[in-house]
Amino acid sequence: MDLAVRPGEFLTLLGPSGSGKTTLLMVLAGFIRPDQGSLLFGDEEVIRLAPHKRNIGMVFQSYALFPHMDVAGNVAYPLILRGVKGPALAERVEKALETVQLSGYGQRRIDALSGGQRQRVALARAIVFEPRIVLMDEPLSALDKQLRERMQIELRRLHDQLGTTTIYVTHDQREALTMSDRIAVINEGRIQQLDSPRTLYERPVSRFVAEFIGESTVLNVTVGPARDTCICAGQVLKLAQTASRDGAALLMLRPERLKVLAADAQIEDGKNQLQARVVDNVYQGDSFLLQAQLTDGSVIGLRGIAGTAELAALPARGETLRLGFDVSDTVLLADSNV
Amino acid sequence: MSETRAPVDDLHAQALRRDERKERWLLLGLSGPALLLLAVIMILPVAWLLGLSFIGDDGHFTWTHYERMWVQPSFRRIFFTTFQVSLITTLLCLLAGYPLAYLIAQLPTRAANLCLIAILLPFWTSVLVRTYAWLVLLQRKGLINQWGLSMGWWDEPLALVHNLTGTLIGMVHIMLPFLVLPLLGAMRSIDMNLIKAASSLGASPARAFRTVFLPLSLPGLIAGCVIIFILCLGFYITPAVLGGGKVIMVSNQIANDIEMFFNWGAASALGVVLLVLTLMLLWLASRLMRLDRVLGGEG
Repeated sequence: MDLAVRPGEFLTLLGPSGSGKTTLLMVLAGFIRPDQGSLLFGDEEVIRLAPHKRNIGMVFQSYALFPHMDVAGNVAYPLILRGVKGPALAERVEKALETVQLSGYGQRRIDALSGGQRQRVALARAIVFEPRIVLMDEPLSALDKQLRERMQIELRRLHDQLGTTTIYVTHDQREALTMSDRIAVINEGRIQQLDSPRTLYERPVSRFVAEFIGESTVLNVTVGPARDTCICAGQVLKLAQTASRDGAALLMLRPERLKVLAADAQIEDGKNQLQARVVDNVYQGDSFLLQAQLTDGSVIGLRGIAGTAELAALPARGETLRLGFDVSDTVLLADSNV
Repeated sequence: MSETRAPVDDLHAQALRRDERKERWLLLGLSGPALLLLAVIMILPVAWLLGLSFIGDDGHFTWTHYERMWVQPSFRRIFFTTFQVSLITTLLCLLAGYPLAYLIAQLPTRAANLCLIAILLPFWTSVLVRTYAWLVLLQRKGLINQWGLSMGWWDEPLALVHNLTGTLIGMVHIMLPFLVLPLLGAMRSIDMNLIKAASSLGASPARAFRTVFLPLSLPGLIAGCVIIFILCLGFYITPAVLGGGKVIMVSNQIANDIEMFFNWGAASALGVVLLVLTLMLLWLASRLMRLDRVLGGEG
């Protein structure tokens, strides 16, 4: 595994549980000694450096706040270790608490705080000594959904404000997309793809990445000899880019990029269409998910906004419909291990 | 239809209250045997002792037994020995027990269980048996002396028993589990992520131990020390056997008063004083521990 983190960036390690992302974080923090390898902070080799000498702020999944100290005591801890004393200490603690919007909470006991407040204290403690890197190990996973989403935005804002290089571990793809500058998708101890959220979503390189991030339909296709078209269940589709080789391949489509075409609609340039039979139609509040079957039996998903007009226009189960989408949304996956 | 119903907030209220009362009586009834037992074997004898301690040889009320304790230096020495032996035993247990508990807390489950069994097996053996076992090991011609002499480590048999040394060895051995078990409980409940957090924040291993692990294990440590100290105060068998008459603690003096002098009044008075001192200590310890929790916040 080779990973270069840019200064000041918010990099997320995203992967299913057991993929090795937390292990990687523990190696960075120095809690796990790898068999071999090199770890550079700038030009400095730190692979043998003890955890307490690495100057890394870490936010744990369980927060790991010291229960025998109050909020201020927790935040002051790394500063006291660095010899900060007196008014300077109090000032920096208060400033850090202010940053995480907990001014005036200094004397509170840890067990008197809510989950979200503990999270903020853990964050304040990790940034107060201005570490060169902040590591976060699924810090939001213990919070409920609404608070989690609010904290995502807040963490992102805080990162923009402080500019500290941040490495964030999560298994929640939406969280990764919301917060990161770049995302490293990790599976089975390997980086599958390292890209910006948008590239990762729109141009996944492998079936694993495509299916792990967002919803997707992966279809078996045959690339034509000219490599600019493919045949999917007997229908010809134009490709966004010339394929690297012809023959069997995997094609990925995002359900929300598909549209239901009106019966009399013409196919414009730069568009593809597929004919399919509706097998299911699920109403999900803000959107609907329509599933349609191609002649080869594979099922393709289409997601649309559940507006009144859109719902009224949906074809019924068993009807045949035409699905339209941009040629640029046609993504050929690199691993064609069908 | 709805008019015929009772107002909603009174629905079944009386019946529910009755059920509640019934349940409370049932619980009280269940603790009845234990309360009775406690009254018969604890409260009555203690009250009786208290009465005896105020009755002189002539069968009338007297303060003599308490006066003597205050006036005669021999009694002062007995109380001093009692506290001295208890304190040293507690300190030695602390010194030996803390690292032991720490080690067991760090071991993988299987090895830790093995260590626990090694600690618990003697713990379940009779104190009398263990005390005589130490006598066999420690006496002039005992195993340890023979071994040391044959290895040439010392030339004269060491006086390991029938003195303070022997008493302390025996008592530390017997008391150690009372420290290790509560301490281990406290240590195992410490989230090891806290130590990681401390070290990621810049604390060296020693500093992380001192500022995080030690304070968090303190409740278990204090509990263990209080238990040991209080058990030591009333300990009889080990000082009697291993002390060889040279280490006279309060309980030994009580036994002497009764067995040699048939002086129930004096023995009762000693018992009462020991009980009061022990209760005072317990009260003090409970205050200290609460104080500790309050002060804990100041870090």
